[in-house]
Amino acid sequence: MGYPATLLVNGTSYAVELDAGRTLLSVLRGELGLTGSKEGCDDSECGACMVMLDGKPVNSCSFLALQADGRAVTTVEGLASGSELHALQRAFVEHGGVQCGFCTPGMLISAAALLQADPDPTEEEIRAGLSGNLCRCTGYVGIVAAVRAAAAELSGAEHAPADEAPSRP
Amino acid sequence: MAGHFSAPTALDEALTAAAAGHRPVAGGTDLVVGTRQGKWSMPDDLVALDRIAELRGIDETPDGLRIGATTSHATLAAHSAIRERWTAIADAASIVGSPATRHLGTIGGNLANASPAAETSGPLLCFDAEVEVRSTAGSRRVALADLFTGPGRTSLVPGEIIVAVEVPAVAGAGSCYVRLEFRRQMEIAVVGATVVVRLEDGVIRDARIAITALAPTVRRVAAAEAALVGSDGGPAAAAEAGRLAAEAATPISDVRASLDYRTAMAAVVVRRAVSGAIARARGETVEIPASASLFGAD
Repeated sequence: MGYPATLLVNGTSYAVELDAGRTLLSVLRGELGLTGSKEGCDDSECGACMVMLDGKPVNSCSFLALQADGRAVTTVEGLASGSELHALQRAFVEHGGVQCGFCTPGMLISAAALLQADPDPTEEEIRAGLSGNLCRCTGYVGIVAAVRAAAAELSGAEHAPADEAPSRP
Repeated sequence: MAGHFSAPTALDEALTAAAAGHRPVAGGTDLVVGTRQGKWSMPDDLVALDRIAELRGIDETPDGLRIGATTSHATLAAHSAIRERWTAIADAASIVGSPATRHLGTIGGNLANASPAAETSGPLLCFDAEVEVRSTAGSRRVALADLFTGPGRTSLVPGEIIVAVEVPAVAGAGSCYVRLEFRRQMEIAVVGATVVVRLEDGVIRDARIAITALAPTVRRVAAAEAALVGSDGGPAAAAEAGRLAAEAATPISDVRASLDYRTAMAAVVVRRAVSGAIARARGETVEIPASASLFGAD
């Protein structure tokens, strides 16, 4: 059945055979068992399915899996190094960027892609960078603070500017 | 339901697949989402265009720009010559969807999708852009005004693929694309307007105005353009152009806005786009995207 393809996900190579219309999200979750990426709206609106394709954020619910053949895919499972969380993941925990957690994998991927492209974004740039990701719990304040803190940590700054963000009720 | 899938690196192979009825897909941001929304069925047979190097990238020549069809919105929005001289294209490309949409979505796909609300169509129309269309039968050029035939409909025939968008050189012009938006990102124009003006001694010698999400296709409004020519583009002239654009508008009512609201807002976005284009023609800075920087202007 299907077309042979090689999906390179988080540095691991997977040989798969796929029908033409399969989305990358359905293959990540259904074939590869990588269930970190979520199906929210399944409509490219909510960003819960966000993965990086060659380092850029992509809604995997609306991207054909066969088009990812041979290209580097990064999911939320690929952010941590072993048991050591990525700076963004730690910052999300520390700054209250997580409540129910459903949007978190996509938020982390969009944030990681943003910081790769711009290591020192302004708050406005963070909000624009995360604009394709909806969160219905946190009100975004903790998420923005977390991204600022991670940016400061990754760029070696002494004090995280996230301290200026208003505290959550 | 396996169907055919190919992702050729050579354009000729893609044209052969298209001739056999395989549906071209570039970024997939419209095709896959539209399938889920029930606009169409996922075609059984697909040919992916994203590995064809000659379809990607922007070449600047003395005649203008040649933009490969699979060039992304993000690439357009960041291109220095586009930001400087074809600024309205940068205004539009920088507000398409979200960062993810802008990385995957392509200019050729945006035009072939033929949405009456497509952000990039108005600027390209006002800059006299043409698309180069190829098939196994040959090649032809289609002016943008002749490409759009209705909502989601184009004059392309099965087997044809848009391979490039050609935009003539401009000199001494200022341009601006403004949309009414309910939020800054993950949005599509509720209504939009593009204005391109060329000034001589402070007087408008040439004017282009296109309206977006205000008619079955993105279209120019000749009467509104005529109202600007010979004027200084000040508040009175801008208001008259806005009034005439609203008069020419034939919008629909849908979940995002009513016909009456769209018509009323047509005048507002045209006025803002006139002021942005005039300011840029004078060498003043209006930040890209203009929709955000002109928000709240008259």
